[in-house]
Amino acid sequence: MGLSRFDYYAPETIGDACELAGKLGEGTMFMAGGTDLLIKAKRRLLNVSAVIDIKKIKELNKITFDEKEGLVIGSTVTLTEIENHPLIKEKYPAIADAAAATANVQIRNMASAAGNLCNAAPSAENAPVLLAMGANVTVEGRDGKRIIPLDKFFTGPGQTVLKQGELLTAINVPVPPKGAGTSYQHISARGKVDISSVCVGAMLVMKGDICEDARIFLGAVAPTPMMAKNAQELLKGKKITEELLQTAGIEASKECKPITDMRASKEYRTLMVAVLTGRAIDESRRRAAK
Amino acid sequence: MKHLITLKVNGDDYTVACDSSRTLNEVLREDLGLTGTKLGCGDGDCGACTVLIDGDSVSSCLTLAVSCEGKEITTVEGLAKSGEELHPIQEAFIEKGAIQCGFCTAGMEMSALNLLKKNPSPTEPEIRTAISGNLCRCTGYYKIIEAIHSAAETMKEKQ
Repeated sequence: MGLSRFDYYAPETIGDACELAGKLGEGTMFMAGGTDLLIKAKRRLLNVSAVIDIKKIKELNKITFDEKEGLVIGSTVTLTEIENHPLIKEKYPAIADAAAATANVQIRNMASAAGNLCNAAPSAENAPVLLAMGANVTVEGRDGKRIIPLDKFFTGPGQTVLKQGELLTAINVPVPPKGAGTSYQHISARGKVDISSVCVGAMLVMKGDICEDARIFLGAVAPTPMMAKNAQELLKGKKITEELLQTAGIEASKECKPITDMRASKEYRTLMVAVLTGRAIDESRRRAAK
Repeated sequence: MKHLITLKVNGDDYTVACDSSRTLNEVLREDLGLTGTKLGCGDGDCGACTVLIDGDSVSSCLTLAVSCEGKEITTVEGLAKSGEELHPIQEAFIEKGAIQCGFCTAGMEMSALNLLKKNPSPTEPEIRTAISGNLCRCTGYYKIIEAIHSAAETMKEKQ
């Protein structure tokens, strides 16, 4: 099936893009890579009357880092750019890992991390690590700018707090605390290319062997990416042992609320949450020690 | 909404009037007659439609033609521009028996080109990762991996 008919605009500034979206109203979609949007338009899952291509807006296509403000990833930066960025690989390795684990080469050359968040699939590969690292997003619209903590961004499968005409312009990730280590773990039915059946993002803040703080988020096991609260609590103030990471994994598997779908059964997902949470804690601990 | 756009494909300029909702794949195949690029799944999963835009491999089935104005597009037809001498990647695919039905070949070769331009001496895992977005239902991939290895060697010698 071909695409439904829609109009196309390619403004060069954020202001123009928001103005245009406000004017065109319902059915207007912002497009970065288009790899989710155009599939939805082809399958008539979305009623698209106009597409605003944001790729020509230069200020959205940059990655910046500041020792105080942290990392800012503009909303047209591709997953390939994130995966290969030397500074992200050094200071935010799990963000690079999640980008590298999303889809295939061609899609990563087109798609943005911001788009992955806005499409809000429960399995969104780039969400769990960003959530674990306490990221927020900058959103702009005709009425101005607002900053939304990422853990308040998702409201359901394919649903976010974004209002019609609002554009996500940047993902902001704080500087990792001293002693922090992060990890992204995922599993899918067919190798690494498939959409994740389960994915886990973690950040541990270590002082020697002791875990001072932990944040763990699970993907594809609830309507939105979810915090594994009890598993996190279990780790705090304790020495991370082989036994503890297994116990924390089991705790996470008790908290998750997976369903059975084409990608995996509820039972399999539950088991894998335990395994992947354990691996994420272990890798975070190792990275923190470096 | 119709747009009059100029696409630079394999070094040649083509001016076409196209609707905003047409994909690059449709315009390449239907308007420009460049049918070397195939259409497989239409969802960005199979890689049969792979072309390079400004040197990066993309799925032409998920790219709007209007968004390509001013960009350099390379299709499989651009590999052997003269039409006489084949590109080392194409030679290697024939030599190693990496082509059976041929439907994935154009996309495979473009993914190979994307890889070898950025990484002239790839390891086997790197080759496998590079073609992870290209499905082949005939060869079992081994011959394709061998061909890309061999093409890498030839391309290095030629430089």
